[in-house]
Amino acid sequence: MIKVLFFARLREQLGVASLDLEYSASLATLAALQQELVTQGGADWQAALEAENVLRAVNQEEAALDQVLADGDEVAFFPPVTGG
Amino acid sequence: MAQRCPDVRVQEQDFDVSDLQRELLGDAGRAGAVASFTGLVRVSNEQREVSAMVLEHYPAMTERSIQKIVDEARQRWQVLGVKVVHRVGSLHPGDQIVYVGVSCRHRGDAFQACEFIMDYLKTRAPFWKKEISAGGEHWVESRDSDALAAQRWKD
Repeated sequence: MIKVLFFARLREQLGVASLDLEYSASLATLAALQQELVTQGGADWQAALEAENVLRAVNQEEAALDQVLADGDEVAFFPPVTGG
Repeated sequence: MAQRCPDVRVQEQDFDVSDLQRELLGDAGRAGAVASFTGLVRVSNEQREVSAMVLEHYPAMTERSIQKIVDEARQRWQVLGVKVVHRVGSLHPGDQIVYVGVSCRHRGDAFQACEFIMDYLKTRAPFWKKEISAGGEHWVESRDSDALAAQRWKD
């Protein structure tokens, strides 16, 4: 199982704070997982997740789309951060 | 001996900068300089009367990402002690949001390490601010000036 989290404005756009995806060999990378979410979610999800400034993390570390995934990983999508 | 307080804390409660400075000086002797920064919720925003600011965060990632920034500061400068506190939850104009304190032998390292930690925290730590006003809610946008400030520390 891969847990996927969404934060801040992205969560509001998608209307989802978190969801679980059954892990399979086809979810080999973050790019593949993102594509699966877009396929399931449609145009709104595509617009939100493929936006230029979206940031991603795997197991609480910043990650690029080519990051390899494993069963049990936690993935997060979020907008540019505004702390401090 | 009293338990050492953690270097990085993410919490809803307010903090006291004099307590934090005392911790900083207690943790590491030989300090000749302490530099610190406190960030506050600005009292009025130019476009809307902000009644509250909500700080959202990614709980499992925040302390870890700030600790990485602190570790990098320790590698780049001669740092003796560091304390970072970042609040989350609902805050009001005038409230304290964040504290970064650094103790070093000399002031050059202290000023630089403190500024570095703040610049990186503003561009890498997973917090998001939302302003609440009579007109509604508004997510604060990230600033180019913050990205540029972080950029200048790159080799």
